[in-house]
Amino acid sequence: MSADEIKHAGLNLQHADPMTHEKAGAGIFGFWVFLMSDAVLFALLFATYGVMLRGTAGGPVPHEVYEMKSAFIETLILLASSFTFGLASLAMKYEHKQHQLQAWLGVTLLLGLLFIGWEFHDFASMAAKGEVPSRSGYLSAFFALVSTHLLHVTAGCIWAVVMIAKIRTFGLDARVKINVLRLGLFWHFLDIIWVGIFSVVYLQGLA
Amino acid sequence: MDQQHAYRRQLRTYAIGFVSALVLTCAAFATVRFHLAPPQTAIGIVFALGLVQIVVHFRFFLHIDLERSARDDLQLILFSTLITLLMVGGTLVILANLHHRMM
Repeated sequence: MSADEIKHAGLNLQHADPMTHEKAGAGIFGFWVFLMSDAVLFALLFATYGVMLRGTAGGPVPHEVYEMKSAFIETLILLASSFTFGLASLAMKYEHKQHQLQAWLGVTLLLGLLFIGWEFHDFASMAAKGEVPSRSGYLSAFFALVSTHLLHVTAGCIWAVVMIAKIRTFGLDARVKINVLRLGLFWHFLDIIWVGIFSVVYLQGLA
Repeated sequence: MDQQHAYRRQLRTYAIGFVSALVLTCAAFATVRFHLAPPQTAIGIVFALGLVQIVVHFRFFLHIDLERSARDDLQLILFSTLITLLMVGGTLVILANLHHRMM
């Protein structure tokens, strides 16, 4: 039976909604192509950071710049948001009451906003100490990498708002469902990038 | 009833992923925070834990594994990984070498 088949990477709807599952394959494959090209972008930003790490131009060095506590809290926030998005996807797949899907999406959105706020707070306190992108090659590379991730999270939050509005207006039709699946992939993907950031940037700098 | 069973199973997948990601994260931060190893070793441990965590995220949050995934997707992901490794590895090796020669 074709509903048994796994049609794309990520959470598959399968028997829960065979009609949408049938349509999801191509659209989600396309989104994976985007995600993987985005991964290449981030990989090059990581490589740039690795190369620029020693280019401090007599300015602040990594272990003076980073604070372990806020890096840890940001990591926990993003990880929790990944889990709550998983709960949202499952609420959608198994057609629990609709407010449950909206509630989990809302929680994910709030965690995303908290993450953005925390990171802005970090950037502001760095700027107050004169640690700005123009200070040295190292700081330019740091801000390029971390702000690109921040920009992606912001885009994810806007997208989540749009999805909540769409669910309220159109209900759960096939298009809305496939879009929620895509947003889920995007959100989990951003968490994976963050694992790279906290390992390569924060913990390497503080070790 | 069958759907209920499938729901429980997938919920457990997310929960396992979340808990193991949490443990790996805490282990990585603890290694650096409490100076459990000399700096170079600590960086090695952190990178290894990070890699494992990325695999955990792929497996439990993105539901990708080598046996049960759609074929095209798996090839896309593996190919992108290859390109990424080549570009990052190449950049680091070439520029480190250049840096060495300029000293």
